Amino acid sequence: MARYASVLDLIGETPMVDVSALSPSPNVTILTKLEGRNPAGSVKDRVALSLVEQAEADGILVPGAPDQVLIEPSSGNTGIALAMVCRMKGYHLKVVLPTNVSVERRQLLEVFGAEIIESPGSEGSNGAVRMARALAAEHPEWVFLYQYANPANPKAHYEHTGPEIFRDVPEITHFVAGLGTSGTLLGVGRYLKEQNPDIQVWAIEPPTGEMVDGLRNLDDGYIPPIFAELGGAEILDRKTVVRPRESIEWTRRMTELGLFVGISSGAIMAGAIRCAKQIPEDQEATIVTIACDDGWKYLSTGAWTEDIDTVVDRASKVIYF
Amino acid sequence: MPVSIRLPTVLRPHVAGQATVSIDGATIGEVLSTLVQQNPGLSGQVIAEDGTLNKFVNIYINDDDVRYLQQLDTPVTDGDEVSILPAVAGGAG
Repeated sequence: MARYASVLDLIGETPMVDVSALSPSPNVTILTKLEGRNPAGSVKDRVALSLVEQAEADGILVPGAPDQVLIEPSSGNTGIALAMVCRMKGYHLKVVLPTNVSVERRQLLEVFGAEIIESPGSEGSNGAVRMARALAAEHPEWVFLYQYANPANPKAHYEHTGPEIFRDVPEITHFVAGLGTSGTLLGVGRYLKEQNPDIQVWAIEPPTGEMVDGLRNLDDGYIPPIFAELGGAEILDRKTVVRPRESIEWTRRMTELGLFVGISSGAIMAGAIRCAKQIPEDQEATIVTIACDDGWKYLSTGAWTEDIDTVVDRASKVIYF
Repeated sequence: MPVSIRLPTVLRPHVAGQATVSIDGATIGEVLSTLVQQNPGLSGQVIAEDGTLNKFVNIYINDDDVRYLQQLDTPVTDGDEVSILPAVAGGAG
């Protein structure tokens, strides 16, 4: 085994595993990249490290200086990853967290010493973004890395996740990942298309649920600034919604292969299956998906253990993506 | 061929409070322009003045975002479920 000087050196270089046993076609290979192997447990470790190191390189954060405060909206994984990085580097992190996330996500933020500021669950991630922006404007002394608008987010995926995928699976024909900040899809998607413009990029998103009911008008809608600035619409070839039932069904199916992954990974797998089904039967294809995190943070949702109708109903009310 | 269109809460006052309306058309563009003709309060909300989709609006046909199909030329068939939704941030963060 290799020996590492810091936990931060464990970020990235995640394993790729063949999950073609779940493929609907013998001609379609499906592989998934296990981002839950990152030290704070998700793909967002890459983003958190990139955001903080870029801010340090730009002189916005100064390692070792006292009383440096960061604020960030997050439904969980970015917050947890940032909390770990900030704990190690001595920065104080405030996370604006919607109230309707799993209890484990909240606890992990506390494990790494982050301060939690609650935003209304009914407003979802949009509400957290809105509140964090307002707080950052009121407190210009706080550092607002703003993952939705910070090019260091997709850059982490352009420089690392994408090259790792293409090195491990040069025959890739389709890349399927979740759409949140759009960082993974933009960074990996752009890198892959530069290597081979024929590679198709599919975005999977959860239904918006009840959170859109809180919008007063359509212009309250939100498009991550990085998506607009980096030409997201040109990088994506397809964008499709996967609902909670299908997400949980596929999260459960993945355990047949020994994979205990989070619910968004099940949603993305469901999207990969849809993608596989529309590939002509006589055509060979290789789909790569991202498993964003492991299942530990979702045990309290009963996703694997309780009646599926109960779990689906519960999943409609929490942010699991 | 009628398709069912589901509207977000914010647009329902312009369609007499209905959550779902049924409209005929061969493409999503045809369906939406009929919808706006029948409900002038929607004018400028879904389709921008230049004839493209309002950037803060996502239109889905059976869960697929039409921007990545054939945009407003995407064909619809009998029984398709169309949803009009405001763009929102995903929760992956």
